[in-house]
Amino acid sequence: MKPSIPPSSSRDPRPGVRSGERSRLRLIVVRVLVFSLFATLFARLYYLQVVSGDSYRQAAASQSLREVVVQPQRGLIVDDQGRPLVANRTAWVVSVDRTLLDRLSGHDRSVVLSRLADAVHTPRKRIEQALVTCGDPGSKRGLCWNGSPYQPVPVATEVRQAVALRILEQPEDYPAVVAQQQSVRAYPRPYGVNLADIVGYLSPITAGELQHAKQDHDTSVNGASTVGRAGIEEEYDRYLRGRPGYQKVAVDSMGRVLGDEGRVDGNPGDTLVTSIDARVQAATEHALHDAITTARATYDPVTHRNYRADSGAAIVLQARTGRVVAMASQPTYNPGAWVGGITKKQLARLYSPRAGDPLLARAYQGQFAPGSTWKPIMTVGAFNHGFGPGSRLDCSSGFQVGNRLFHNYESESYGMIDFARALQVSCDTFFYRVGYHFWHEFGQDPTNVNARDPLVDEAKAFGFGRPTGIDVPGEASGRIADRRWKLAYWKSMKGYYCGIDQHPPAGTSPYLKLFAHEFCLEGSYYRAGDAVNFAIGQGDTLVTPLQLARAYAALSNGGTLYEPRIAKAIVSPSGKVVRRIRPKVQGHVSDPAHAISYVTDALLGTARTGTLAWKMLGFPLDRIHIRSKTGSAEVYGKQSTSWVASYDDNYVVLMMVTQGGTGSGTSGPFVRKIWESLYGVHGSTVDTKDALIPGIIAPDTLPSFQPDGSILPPRPRKPGRGRP
Amino acid sequence: MNGRLRNPGVDRVLMLAVLCLLVLGTLLVWSATSHRDDLTAGDPTAYLRKQLVNVCIGLVLMVVVMATDHRWVRIVAPVVYLASVGGLVLVLTMGTTVNGSRSWIDVAGMSIQPSEFAKLAVVIGMALLVAERKEGRRTGVGSAEVVGMLVIAGVPAALIMLQPDLGTLLVLSATVFGVLAVAGAPRRWLAFLLAGGLVGGVAVFAGHLLKPYQIDRFLAFTNPDLDPRGAGYNTEQARIAVGNGGLFGQGLFHGSQTRAGFVPEQHTDFIFTVAGEELGLVGAAVLIALLGIVIWRALAISALSTDLFGRVAAAGIACWFGFQAFQNIGMCLGIMPVTGVPLPFVSYGGSSMFAGMLAIGLLQNIHLRATASLPTRYARPISQVTRGYHRTRAGLTPQR
Repeated sequence: MKPSIPPSSSRDPRPGVRSGERSRLRLIVVRVLVFSLFATLFARLYYLQVVSGDSYRQAAASQSLREVVVQPQRGLIVDDQGRPLVANRTAWVVSVDRTLLDRLSGHDRSVVLSRLADAVHTPRKRIEQALVTCGDPGSKRGLCWNGSPYQPVPVATEVRQAVALRILEQPEDYPAVVAQQQSVRAYPRPYGVNLADIVGYLSPITAGELQHAKQDHDTSVNGASTVGRAGIEEEYDRYLRGRPGYQKVAVDSMGRVLGDEGRVDGNPGDTLVTSIDARVQAATEHALHDAITTARATYDPVTHRNYRADSGAAIVLQARTGRVVAMASQPTYNPGAWVGGITKKQLARLYSPRAGDPLLARAYQGQFAPGSTWKPIMTVGAFNHGFGPGSRLDCSSGFQVGNRLFHNYESESYGMIDFARALQVSCDTFFYRVGYHFWHEFGQDPTNVNARDPLVDEAKAFGFGRPTGIDVPGEASGRIADRRWKLAYWKSMKGYYCGIDQHPPAGTSPYLKLFAHEFCLEGSYYRAGDAVNFAIGQGDTLVTPLQLARAYAALSNGGTLYEPRIAKAIVSPSGKVVRRIRPKVQGHVSDPAHAISYVTDALLGTARTGTLAWKMLGFPLDRIHIRSKTGSAEVYGKQSTSWVASYDDNYVVLMMVTQGGTGSGTSGPFVRKIWESLYGVHGSTVDTKDALIPGIIAPDTLPSFQPDGSILPPRPRKPGRGRP
Repeated sequence: MNGRLRNPGVDRVLMLAVLCLLVLGTLLVWSATSHRDDLTAGDPTAYLRKQLVNVCIGLVLMVVVMATDHRWVRIVAPVVYLASVGGLVLVLTMGTTVNGSRSWIDVAGMSIQPSEFAKLAVVIGMALLVAERKEGRRTGVGSAEVVGMLVIAGVPAALIMLQPDLGTLLVLSATVFGVLAVAGAPRRWLAFLLAGGLVGGVAVFAGHLLKPYQIDRFLAFTNPDLDPRGAGYNTEQARIAVGNGGLFGQGLFHGSQTRAGFVPEQHTDFIFTVAGEELGLVGAAVLIALLGIVIWRALAISALSTDLFGRVAAAGIACWFGFQAFQNIGMCLGIMPVTGVPLPFVSYGGSSMFAGMLAIGLLQNIHLRATASLPTRYARPISQVTRGYHRTRAGLTPQR
């Protein structure tokens, strides 16, 4: 069926017969060449696959992949002058390559694991548990491995260099064991700062978090990652953590690296610049520590024993921005305890109430009755609802509400005084009368939860009862004990107390019986007693020290309520500013009666002639205009809480010591010390050159990050601008 | 042997072989990449889909060239040549560095490798020169033509040498030599070039023109220890993967070495190792045979061609494919140095696919013209074709 073809020569429009013949011949040569090349390929293929196939199959079976994760260096955390608060150092980590381990015989495996356990001083059982993939039979939560199957499993961190080098130098004794250097957190502690509550700590990623990251295609974490758990380490984790590098290597049956299988380079994390100043922080931590030790050595005439002073907090805020300059809590812990894994014993101590719950950052997680430091807020509320500078009320030694007599502190009496004097001498009966006035005017029906309460409204306007929005997680919101709260509390507790009331268990005290009976019947009633207690910051109202400091900052700056910020900026490893974190305004206190400026003037007197005066003798108050309020909050069954809240145009300084006695007595001298260090006060002279922060208040500009890794402080504010 | 033309029109055997290669190649690319999360970002079919797009574009290009009038092909040829020389210059000035040599330019989101097109351009350019000067004359190819052809090949070759891309340079040299031979260059010129190449090679090695590590890299296929972490490692892993395949292979998508990703660049330069491991001796031999068929048909079309352009171009394409396939497969089998040349129609990649399919289009174009110029049924009115067909069925030879 094919058409027959004429001989090719006849249909060639020839370009020269000789060259055509030559060309044809050469085409044949080319064919032969190509054929022989392809025959060579086939022969070689046959040789590889059939003749020596067995040896290659063996080679294939003996090699395996190992994924080496190069953990990124976590970003630095520096203070406002660029001093590193949290940095990194290298530590040796010993890991086990499970693929290689599985290829060892049962006996060899057991020998290797025992040898390894001895070398790194870790129980063998623990190592074996660490090698089980989470979810596999026998896996133990918290110990099992939740990383990639190709990745060597870290079994010991913080290994001594001598041990690591022995493992590296004697691979024949430690087949399947890998020793690597890894970057871990270091705490340089400039000026001795601790900062644990602010910084937080790191701990290994959980299976759930890893799963989450995988779903989000987040490659910044892997099974061996550690992530921020509290404080700014948690809040800014995604900036700080960087991106790990991955390197795949093929290894032979002995674990020797054969070659690269590709790598993905990592990035170090970004640097976090904070508004914390290490020198002020150190001064604040020392002041708090000294306040507590001094209180513990002081006799309490009320309870007839020394003050327990079991916890405390001290805060320094920039009044005009809400930035946190220093924040200290007691008791605290060493953030370095987490590096390389925390022991069970250490962890139990950190969570134990007997050790004072050191993990609870009192400054923003502790909730306390504000006591008399509450009164300036009440004054603003009163002025905006009818009272004024001319209002005078009786500061009697006692005040009768219903069948109960409320006393002044030490039953003092000052007669008819105005608000300014009432604040300076912290007269309780004066403010009882204010509270009673509003309760009498708007809320005589104790069951009406919707009754107006200007004082409660003012407290809310100053940001109490809700989180301040500081950039650390886990903040407490405090509590305003208003009518709604009381009803809700009664609802949640009435079952318990009504049960006691109806069927009192054997041995119930008469007091509890009576209380249960009253609570069951009328526990939700908001009575005049509740209202007057609220007016002096007692009763069930609770604040965090940070909330109070923030409210005082609003007094200082004329009513702007900031979300406190610790972070100032995120800076890339190359020194470029990735993101500036600006102060955020949460709200403004409405103040048509100009009560804030009244209060600010009035609080000047506290340190001159008021409750704090005995602790401020000789202080240059004419140059540094400190407004202050002391407080001694009573806590049922405990010694009173000592408070001092103070501010000027630049700063808010606040200190609180629980079971610490009076405000001025315990906290006063140490608040003074903080003020002295902020402004460079020696005795009664001020030398601003000695101020802890050059220029008194830190500039808005950031430290500059040099290409060689050094960090230069920002140029200080012009002298005079930051002056009081 | 070129005297028996069986099917006028499109060369169906060539077409079938190319289609089989495309299907097989796409499967192998898929198998080599489906588990490589580092390449695919978790989508096992990412490379399959991209390669299917490449294949489709390639097929379109082939059809376009096939359907173009042969006179147009010769008019466009210089443009193609100049464009690829321009591309090579661009690569050197603004190219992306991949694996140590600059050979890519980014055009509209696609990575283009001009050196792949340069091979086709050189073949067409040389064929055009010899055809323009010698077609219809009775004199053979002389020194003037040889020098002209060498200049045409030399410009892109020099640019490729600067990248540097040794593999492409080797393929190009072999192709140029084949084109010169088939074009009918005088024997003394061929001998001279062969000697020149040998002397040049020795000079490069002996005269320290290459750095020692480059020589070690080049020779690592003979002894992997010369470059244990680089080329030596690649060639060793390739051999292990192929050797692991045995007679029938481990099955498509089931090669243990391929799964684990031991062979670097497995979806591009080392794609043959996937065939070796997963399809075994049988499958790999079929792959080699398919490439052999393509080259056999290219040489047959060369012999069949009625004009000098077609003959030289087809032979050049055959040399190009033949040597490149040998170089690539030889590298996977450890008998050729490790250089980055793709396996035509099989390796993943757009540029090599497009250049290869353009060449196939050109082969078909030449075939169409060669067969159309014959007095066959295609040359006659349709009614006669029908009649001729019936007679053929009856066992008679068709009418002239």
